[in-house]
Amino acid sequence: MANFHVEKPVASRGQQTARVARDIRGGGMNRDRWKTIASVLARQGILVAFALFLIGFSIFSDRFLSPENILSVMRSSAIIGVMALGVTVVVIGGNLDLSVGSMLSFSTVLVVDLHDKIGPAPAIGVMLVATLALGAVNGLLVGVARLNSLIVTLGMLSAIQGLTLIYSGGKNVDIVNQDQTWFKIFGRGTIADIPTPIVIFAVGAILLHLMMAYTPFGRRIYATGGNATAAVFSGVRRSRVVFLTYLISASGVAIAAIILGSRVMGSQNNVGQGYELQVLAGVILGGTSLLGGAGTIWKTVIGVLILGFIQNGLLLMGFEYYVQWLVTWVVIILAVWLDIAAKRGRLLSPIA
Amino acid sequence: MSDVAATKIPALQLKGIVKTFPGVRALDDVTFDVRAGEVHALLGENGAGKSTLMKVLAGMYQPDEGTIEIEGTPVTMRTPLEAKRRGVVLIHQELSLAEEMTVAENIYLGELPRRSLGRVDWKTLFAKSEEILKRLNCGFGPKDRVGALSIANQQMVEIARALTVDAKVVIFDEPTASLTDAEKVVLFEIINDLKARGVGIVYISHRMDEIFTLADRISVLRDGGYRGTLVAGDTTEDEVIQLMIGRSLDLSRRQHAEVKTGEVALKVEGLSCGKLFQDVSFELREGEVLGFYGLVGAGRTEIAETLFGLRRPTAGTIEIDGKETAIHSPADAIAKGISLVPESRKEQGLVLGMNCRDNITLPQVGDLTSGPFVSDGAEIAIFDQYRDTLKIKTPSWRQAVGNLSGGNQQKIVIGKWLAMHPRILIVDEPTRGIDVGSKSEIHDLIRELARSGYAVIVISSEMPEVLHVSDRILAMYHGRVIRRFTAEEVTEDSLVAAISGIEQEQVA
Repeated sequence: MANFHVEKPVASRGQQTARVARDIRGGGMNRDRWKTIASVLARQGILVAFALFLIGFSIFSDRFLSPENILSVMRSSAIIGVMALGVTVVVIGGNLDLSVGSMLSFSTVLVVDLHDKIGPAPAIGVMLVATLALGAVNGLLVGVARLNSLIVTLGMLSAIQGLTLIYSGGKNVDIVNQDQTWFKIFGRGTIADIPTPIVIFAVGAILLHLMMAYTPFGRRIYATGGNATAAVFSGVRRSRVVFLTYLISASGVAIAAIILGSRVMGSQNNVGQGYELQVLAGVILGGTSLLGGAGTIWKTVIGVLILGFIQNGLLLMGFEYYVQWLVTWVVIILAVWLDIAAKRGRLLSPIA
Repeated sequence: MSDVAATKIPALQLKGIVKTFPGVRALDDVTFDVRAGEVHALLGENGAGKSTLMKVLAGMYQPDEGTIEIEGTPVTMRTPLEAKRRGVVLIHQELSLAEEMTVAENIYLGELPRRSLGRVDWKTLFAKSEEILKRLNCGFGPKDRVGALSIANQQMVEIARALTVDAKVVIFDEPTASLTDAEKVVLFEIINDLKARGVGIVYISHRMDEIFTLADRISVLRDGGYRGTLVAGDTTEDEVIQLMIGRSLDLSRRQHAEVKTGEVALKVEGLSCGKLFQDVSFELREGEVLGFYGLVGAGRTEIAETLFGLRRPTAGTIEIDGKETAIHSPADAIAKGISLVPESRKEQGLVLGMNCRDNITLPQVGDLTSGPFVSDGAEIAIFDQYRDTLKIKTPSWRQAVGNLSGGNQQKIVIGKWLAMHPRILIVDEPTRGIDVGSKSEIHDLIRELARSGYAVIVISSEMPEVLHVSDRILAMYHGRVIRRFTAEEVTEDSLVAAISGIEQEQVA
C-alpha cells in the first residue's frame, strides 16, 4: 500500500510536514483515517507546519515565543514580506519577478540619497516614480512584447544593479540628521505601539488579499495565470493584466525601500542582493504555484513568517548565521516536494 | 462469465473494479474482459467512466477494489511501463511522442538497443524499426522525424511502439478522431491484422459506424456502472444507444418549415486575411443558423477568429446591424455583441484549474460588482441559471472545471457565452470529442437559440452536424467560399464535392 488520495482539484496547495512523508511511505493502517488526515494536511499543511515550527523552537528556547522576539521577527520579515506580496501577484499571473532584489537596492539608494538633497517627501515621490518605471519596463517586455519573464527579470536584475552603481558612483549613501527627520517613522517608529513595518505589511497584505480574492481584476489575474489563451478568448486584456502585475510588484519594492531606508538611514549599493530568492522562497512556501493561476496572498504572509521564524529560531538555538541559508533551502525543497506528492498521491511518480 | 472463463481464459479480465475520487464514484463494480483475437468495443457517454477504466487497464490508476487478471493470473500494475511489460498497451487519444526525434527512437523510446558503454546501437534500432514499419505498411521510414509526419502517421508510430512488445491486449482510445477516411481504412486493416495474430483489442469510440464495422462485442458503461455486453452481430445501433443514454435519440435532418428570420445582424464583404482566407462575403440574419463546412485548414476557424477580434483582416468590411465597424480585440467583439465558443475547449475555452462558476462569469466579471468587489450572489445566480438550462452535471460550483467530463466542460463554455446574451453567436466545432447524448442536447440548444432570435454561425467538420443544424451552408475550400447551399437544396454528395474542390455545374 504505497499511496493515498488527496482531493485533486480545489487548488490543494499547501505544504506538508515530514509526518506526511512517513504516512505516504508507511501508511497502511486505517486507510480512511490516513486519507482524512492527508487531505487536511494537503489543504492546510502550511498552517500545521507553522504550528510545528513554533512548538519545536519554543521547546529549545524560552525566548523564542516571548512577545519581544515575535515582534522582532515580524518586523524584520516585513521588508521581504511586502516585496513577496507583490511578487505573489506576478506569480499568480503566470510570470516570475527576479528583479526585485536589485530593484530594492536601487530604490533604497535613491530615496536615501535624495532625502538630504530635496527633502523626504519629494525623495519618496521621485523614488516611487523611478521604481514604477522599472516595473513598467518589466511589464512592457513581459506583458506587451510577450518575452519570457525569467529572462527579462533576470536581465533586469543585472541591469538595475548597474543602474544603481552608475547613479551612486559606487559610494554608499546615508542620511545625516537621523533623529530629526520624520522619515524615521517608516522603519523605526510605531503606530499604536506596533512597529510601523508590521503595520505596513499587514495593511498591504489585507489590501492585496481583497484585490486578489474579491475584485474582477484579481479574477483576471488568476485566469491569465491559469490559462492565458482562454483568458484572451474570454475578453481579458492579457497584456494590460500582466503589465499591472509588474507595477504592483514594483510598488511593493518601493514600499520595502522606504522601510529599509528609514530603518538603516543609509544604504549600500548591493543592499538588496539575494532578496529575490528570499522573496521567492516565501511565495513558494506559501504554496503559490510557479505555473501560475493558483495561490493566495495570506498564505504568502505565512510563508514569509515561517521563513523569518526558522531563521530566528536557528539563531536563538546558537547556530551560525549562514546555517539558515542551508536550512531555508531544505525547507523549500521539502515544501515543494510534499505539495506535489499530495497532488499526485505518491512521493515519486514516473509521470508528472 | 465463469462458464466462458472455464472454456477459454480471457487475455485480460477485470472483476468488480471500484475506483472513487472525492465526491465521485468513477467506477462502480465494473466487470470487463477481452479475449485473445477479438475486438471488444467500450462505449459510454463522456463521464461514464471509460477513461478511468482505461487508465486502470494501463496501470495509470490503481483500483480501490477488484482484481485484474492477465491470462488467468491476478496481477497488479503500478505503472504504465509495468502494464506494457505484461503485454497491455494503450494507444493514446492524445499522442505522446517526442516530435524532435526519429520514428525509430520513438518506437523504442526507453528501451533503445545498446552497444558497449551505453551507446545506442543505431544499426539494430533502424533495422528492427524498419521491420515493424513494414508489417504496418507505413509510407515512411525509421529515420524520419516524427514532428514532420501527419497525425495519422504519428498514430502509426504509436501502434508500432505497441508491436515492440509481445502485446496481448492493445487499447485504442478514440483512434480515428483525427484521421481521414482513407487513413481510417488503413487503421482498420491493422486492427484486423492484430486481431488475426491473437491480440485482444479494446476499442473506445463514440462513432457507431466504426464500432459496428470492427467490434465482436460491445460493452457499455453509464454513470460509472457496467450496463451490459452485447454481441455486435445480434444488436442494433438503437439498442446500444439506449443502453448508453437510457433513452432513444433522433439525429435525423431537421424540419425546416418553421424558420423565421429577422434583420441582417452581420454582413461581411470581401473579407480577407493574408493567405488564410480571401474574399469571404456573407450575410447572417437573426434567427438563422449559418453553417461553415470544409476541411481542416480551409480557413473557417480563421474567419471566426477575425470576427472575434483575434486577427486583423487585410481587406474587406464587417457590418454589424448595418453599421460598418472594425473589431480590435475579443473585448471589443464582446462589447459589440459577438460571442465565440472556440474550437478547443481545453486550450481556448476554459481555465481548467478555476471553478465552474468563475469560468462562466469570466467575460463579464467586471460588470458583476457591488462597490469594488465581485458580487458573490450575482455570480452564483448566473451559474445556477446556466447549470439548470444546460443541465450541467457538477457537484457544486466550486468544482474545478478540469474535473468535469468533456460534455459538461463544453456546456460550461457555451454557458459562459450565452450568459453574455450575444446578438451573434459563433460556435466552432461545438461537439468535438463529446458523447452522442450531450451532442444532441447541444444541437437542440443551437436550434433553440436561433428560434429565440440569435444569429448563429456553426463551424463544423462533421457533415451530419452541419446538415442537422444549419439553415444555410457555406462550403469552404482553400480559404474561399466555394459554394452556398440552402438547407433544402443541399445533399451530402454536393457538399463533399464542394469542399474537396471538385467543381460541379449543376445544382444537385
